Amino acid sequence: MAHHLGIRKIHYPGEMSTYREDTSPAIIREIDKCIMCRRCEMMCNEVQTVGVLSAINRGFSTVVSPAFEMNLDHSACTYCGQCVAVCPTGALTEVDDTGKVIRALADPTKTVIVQTAPAVRAALGEEFDMEVGTLVTGKLVAALRRLGFDHIFDTDFAADLTIMEEGTELLSRLGKHLAGDKDVKLPILTSCCPAWVKFFEHNFPEMKDIPSTARSPQQMFGSIAKTYFAEKMGVKREDLVVVSIMPCVAKKYECGRDEFKVDGNPDVDHVITTRELAALIKLSSIDFNSLPNEEFDNPMGESSGAGVIFGTTGGVIEAAVRTAYEIHTKKELPRLDFDELRGMEGIREATIDFDGLPIKIGIAHGLGNARKLLEDIQAGKSEFHAIEIMSCPGGCIGGGGQPYHHGDASILKKRQMAIYEEDRNKAIRKSHENPYIIKLYEEFLGKPMSEKAHHLLHTEYFDRTE
Amino acid sequence: MPEIKLAENTVQLIKDVCAEFENKESELINVLHKVQGKFGYLPAEVQEVIAKELKMGVAKVYGVVTFYSFFTMIPQGEFPISICMGTACYVRGAEQVLAEFKRQLKVEVGESTDDGKFSINCLRCVGACGLAPVVTVGEKVFGRVAPNQVKKIIAEYRDEINNEEAKTA
Repeated sequence: MAHHLGIRKIHYPGEMSTYREDTSPAIIREIDKCIMCRRCEMMCNEVQTVGVLSAINRGFSTVVSPAFEMNLDHSACTYCGQCVAVCPTGALTEVDDTGKVIRALADPTKTVIVQTAPAVRAALGEEFDMEVGTLVTGKLVAALRRLGFDHIFDTDFAADLTIMEEGTELLSRLGKHLAGDKDVKLPILTSCCPAWVKFFEHNFPEMKDIPSTARSPQQMFGSIAKTYFAEKMGVKREDLVVVSIMPCVAKKYECGRDEFKVDGNPDVDHVITTRELAALIKLSSIDFNSLPNEEFDNPMGESSGAGVIFGTTGGVIEAAVRTAYEIHTKKELPRLDFDELRGMEGIREATIDFDGLPIKIGIAHGLGNARKLLEDIQAGKSEFHAIEIMSCPGGCIGGGGQPYHHGDASILKKRQMAIYEEDRNKAIRKSHENPYIIKLYEEFLGKPMSEKAHHLLHTEYFDRTE
Repeated sequence: MPEIKLAENTVQLIKDVCAEFENKESELINVLHKVQGKFGYLPAEVQEVIAKELKMGVAKVYGVVTFYSFFTMIPQGEFPISICMGTACYVRGAEQVLAEFKRQLKVEVGESTDDGKFSINCLRCVGACGLAPVVTVGEKVFGRVAPNQVKKIIAEYRDEINNEEAKTA
């Protein structure tokens, strides 16, 4: 910008305010860059209703800060990263972990594997001047291979695994509920979104037994990689480095949670966002646009279309419906596209006929919308059996780590179309038909919700109000 | 996060004030005003309760508290002394009066004496410009205050304190 306008010297120096830098596990605040536009404040309070950021003090000493000038990691911040997504000056940014990834790749003693989330492939192209909504799955894999990752896997594989666990949990809770068990909590809420998990731990701790106990796909991937896959490859846990490419800022925080570590070694070591990956590709002088299309590695690179649609609002619950329907009714689904679950409205509802049993489904994206549904549950007014919640408007495609879309909703719609296109192009579109998932249960886990699955793929939630 | 846990009746008191204003977010300033009137100041723990009752972020509450100079997070003395720094009072020597109070009590503006009896604050115009310079102690207003009267005003309250203590002893 300065070069463009021919500015080489600042002629009018003025007084500048300075403020300490605040680093959290996921978001950095560098207030010296802040121009007080207060978009982050609007996002945090009005859209997400998290209420962590506000302008404080007066006049020249005004800054945007959490209450009592605490650091973010002491606040109720969910790390959804929507403040980062709307910040025009980079005063709010994600923690840059690309250096850690480069160091791991350069270490010859480590086996470095990578997983990429579904929403990444629908947006990464934008960083390389491709048309919005271009799917770059093949080029993404090729770029990661050239960066030097030993195995390139897909988070969608773990998404299929999530559906097996979460879908089974839904049916089990539903079955007990229909049998008249009053202790069973319904609706069941999805638990893939780490910002959403932290949100209810802070704001609705009394309901922490309602969300599914299933871990997020990222953490399921890490857990399986460092047990099943490490064993298969004969690599020791500490020599295996798991890197995630995520559309999300909160995933950086999620992988550091204590319950996702074994003897201090995390299931997922490093998380970088779509934007960071783009920067890393450019840094490595890889000509992304001219890369060939390549395929994911096996066994953890195979996924169904159900895993892919995790990347958009409504996708997780649609994936769950595809599997839960067939397990429950033991019949094949007459159709695979559930248009009633798709769309961009903040809160949606639909009833799906499970062969005579009407299942009421709710969908919310954006934490403000999630709060509305939760308050209904609290008041006993909710009639849903299952609710999908995503923190970011649009779901993961609108994540805080995605290429900046500057609030342009048409970009989100195009990314969503790309996700559904990838789903349609898949040979397998139901999670329980993924052959590598079937094999994983046969060889390693037994069956969904088994003791081993419970240990490796489920988690618990904590009251964070104190 | 709050380090001190508020007593249950204190929490109830704050909740009652919020309820009086129908727990409306738009009534935040009125709520803060009234709660500060009861406690003398607005510590972090109190702000957290208010935020919860009015269903808004604590950061917003803190933002309002730090914006208006009327609100304070520092405990006030039993006898809060306010010196008017409005135009009329200022030109008639309020600054010298303030300096004398600071000298006598050995505290700065916004602070309380070690025994917690007195605190000094500045305010802008109490609407009694005819009496400039004006000093208020609690609800009581002193007009036409000259620096040499400061000692007497403080002594008046010291006497009151001593009498109270004599009675309870």
